[in-house]
Amino acid sequence: MAAALTNQLHALVNNMFATGLLDEQFQQLQMLQDSSAPDFVSEVVTLFCDDGERIIGELARQLDQPNVDFDRVDSFAHQLKGSSASVGAQQVKNTCIQFREFCQQRSRDGCLKTLDLVRTEFYDLRNKFQVMLQLEKQIQACYPKH
Amino acid sequence: MTLVGPESRFHVLAVDDSLIDRKIIEMLLKNSSYKVTTVDSGSKALEVLGLTDESDDSSSPSSSCPDHQEIDVNLIITDYCMPGMTGYDLLKRVKGSSSLKDIPVVIMSSENVPVRINRCLKDGAEEFFLKPVKLADMKKLKSHLLKSKQQHVAPQPDQLPEKPPRNPEDEEAAAKAIPNGIVSDCSRCSTSSSNKRKAATMEQQEGLSSPERTKQRLSSTSSSSSSSNSLVVET
Repeated sequence: MAAALTNQLHALVNNMFATGLLDEQFQQLQMLQDSSAPDFVSEVVTLFCDDGERIIGELARQLDQPNVDFDRVDSFAHQLKGSSASVGAQQVKNTCIQFREFCQQRSRDGCLKTLDLVRTEFYDLRNKFQVMLQLEKQIQACYPKH
Repeated sequence: MTLVGPESRFHVLAVDDSLIDRKIIEMLLKNSSYKVTTVDSGSKALEVLGLTDESDDSSSPSSSCPDHQEIDVNLIITDYCMPGMTGYDLLKRVKGSSSLKDIPVVIMSSENVPVRINRCLKDGAEEFFLKPVKLADMKKLKSHLLKSKQQHVAPQPDQLPEKPPRNPEDEEAAAKAIPNGIVSDCSRCSTSSSNKRKAATMEQQEGLSSPERTKQRLSSTSSSSSSSNSLVVET
């Protein structure tokens, strides 16, 4: 049972690397996890997912204003770029970079289009992260605690 | 009980307003067997170091810390772009303090801005790490920590002979910078300070329900008495 789940988990994560969703920074996090901090990756991933959702909400709110404060929008995009880079969420990070360019250009249209893109990519990533964490829990459940 | 190596005696103070980055840097540092204290702002870092926000120099304990203990920090690693006090501002405060100036400071930033990097290095930072920080970067800390330990071993007055004399121009620039307050190229930090503070408040509120986050909060505000308990078991 554990073997099949483990295969599924590896296939999922490998696919996320192969399709550019994740980069080597995620591997850094995996390497940091050990027996003294067995939930490190899941904690960081969960933080990222919660934080990302909050920031996307803020971005939408800011862009909905009659007079958009592009510096504020940029600062939120900068935050999301930072946390996605830290977690290894390459695709979201790259979209944030695009986002910031539209902020520099003061292009509301460009920002809105990129917001849609980042939202889609973020939720796709979040779904995969949730499956990943679920599989890990199931695998852990196969092994009795010491 | 595992044998305690010399590394476990190094105490690193990590400063970053991002919760995710604090968690990661803490893990990176613990992985290298350092004792870690994390804080979310430059002003909290100064509190831990025994300086109040207002004072430029301190040889006496801060009055805001009634049960002040000697918190021996061997290295400070700080994010550059933070609301309020930037990492650069923190660097200047530390280097401008007679009691703290010999603590090595490392700056981290997600942005590769040569002007920024050069200025930090010129004004006393030992290293500049580009984020995201990696395991390999931790190796670079070792030499700075060993250097600072050697300075502590030989008790000397503030004028340490090993330290190269400062360029008088730098001294002038430093003297001008500190009273003027924030000298920063991070426009996002100053404009977004209210956002980040709000975000930080939200994080703290949201974090109340989660045990890991509560632990994180504790580690960012704890005094050395609680973290020293974990000193011996750090491996």
